[in-house]
Amino acid sequence: MAKKRLSRFQWGVIKTMVFVVCLLPFAVITWDALNDLLGADPIQTLHFRTGDWTLRFLLITLTMTPIQRLLKTPVPIRFRRMFGLFTFFYASLHLLVWLVLDQSFSLDNMIEDVPESPYIILGLAAYIMLMLLAVTSTAGMMRRLGRKWDSLHKLVYVIAIAGVVHFFWLTKLDYQEPIIYAIALSALLAFRWRKFKAMFSFSNG
Amino acid sequence: MLIKKPALLTESHTTPKQDFEKSRPLISASRRQFMAQSSTVMLVGGLAPSTLWAGNKIENYSKSKFSLKEKPTPYEYVTTYNNFYEFGTSKGDPAVRAHLLKTKPWSVTVEGEVGKPGVYDLEDILKRQQLEERIYRLRCVEAWSMVVPWIGFSLADLIKQMEPTSKAKYVEFTTLYDPEQMPGQNRRTLKWPYTEGLRMDEAMNPLTLMATGLYGEQMPNQNGAPLRLIVPWKYGFKSIKSIVKIRLIEQMPKTSWNESAKNEYGFYANVNPQVPHPRWSQSRERIIGASLFTPKRKTEMFNGYGEQVASMYKDMNLKTFF
Repeated sequence: MAKKRLSRFQWGVIKTMVFVVCLLPFAVITWDALNDLLGADPIQTLHFRTGDWTLRFLLITLTMTPIQRLLKTPVPIRFRRMFGLFTFFYASLHLLVWLVLDQSFSLDNMIEDVPESPYIILGLAAYIMLMLLAVTSTAGMMRRLGRKWDSLHKLVYVIAIAGVVHFFWLTKLDYQEPIIYAIALSALLAFRWRKFKAMFSFSNG
Repeated sequence: MLIKKPALLTESHTTPKQDFEKSRPLISASRRQFMAQSSTVMLVGGLAPSTLWAGNKIENYSKSKFSLKEKPTPYEYVTTYNNFYEFGTSKGDPAVRAHLLKTKPWSVTVEGEVGKPGVYDLEDILKRQQLEERIYRLRCVEAWSMVVPWIGFSLADLIKQMEPTSKAKYVEFTTLYDPEQMPGQNRRTLKWPYTEGLRMDEAMNPLTLMATGLYGEQMPNQNGAPLRLIVPWKYGFKSIKSIVKIRLIEQMPKTSWNESAKNEYGFYANVNPQVPHPRWSQSRERIIGASLFTPKRKTEMFNGYGEQVASMYKDMNLKTFF
């Protein structure tokens, strides 16, 4: 691939640009919310839009390694953490919509709703795991955790599966959209087939 | 009332569909189409009682004592946020595609345990009914609700005119099946045609409405034109749209959502905050058209219509017969 090395400054510019692009969905959603453009069922619209972007960023994050391998370039890995953190950002918005708008911050409401809604329990579990990955995503944490960091961050596969199942679980009848996410995730997991095989045979042996 | 196909109202008399399609996707398209269709009827003359239809406005209806005192959900939302899978599974699909549905002429087949079976022209059925405006809350099984000023007539009156036999224990309703007019039927999401049913006492309850309009106008296609059921104490999927057949029968009929997931959608489907859907809570509902920070509304038993309907279920375990 391109052999010419980019300067620190050039990398900074590129990263900033990618960062701004990742914020665009948030900007559009905020604009729509402020201008009453969320339609008849604004809470539901926000649930779906923040949920969709969470899953999309999660899949983008998981695409970085396959691209790196296929194109034999280390470039994608430089963006992996940023995409992972944007996954956490949109997941946090998703949770906030539920907490503030859907549940009105009421513990009574949550005590009533959560046990009756298995997909919410799964979503919350996935969010807690994602938070764990977000707080351990810094260079310092990587150094401190050493080899444990690798094992911990394999949780991303569990989170991804939980996220897609969460979508299936709340869907009424028409599974077209969750199926698309499931196919994309399956492809990304299939790419890592050897790694999983090694992981499991190691833990079994 | 007897089978009379109005010979005058043939294809050539109706305004060509393509006239509307050019400027379509907005809500107003279907409204324009209605105006045009209704005025065609008036031109052809004498088919619809001219006192009933003027443009797409419905005149000569009384106000019902059953109406809620609440402010109805804005027209825009009532007509653009629809679950009508015959036109697609997204809420916006029906408003975009329902112009494909041709509602005039429209006939309704009446069969089963009745003294007067037959194929009736809707215009003939309507001539004999008293129209009323009833402002009801519609509570969807998806945990949202809206308040709609329906116009329609009592199903009980219609059933009496059919002269039910003593064997008539249930009423089964069927929606039109025509994938050309209802493109959502090209996908096997539900088993088509859509069917729904009521127990006889539910059908005869004074709250049960056959609706032909809303907001003082003829029913927009996306809301189930030209004839739909409204059962306000049950989840919205019971209130079947674009009805072409009414059958009185002895056995409990099969119903579409129940067939698609028996453990999730029961035959009764009474609004009940104490019985959750297997995958989500029914204790609260989002209010359609409300601002973002409006808290969800507490769902009421029988959607607030308990006084009129609770006695029908007093000996039933509502957790079993959900």
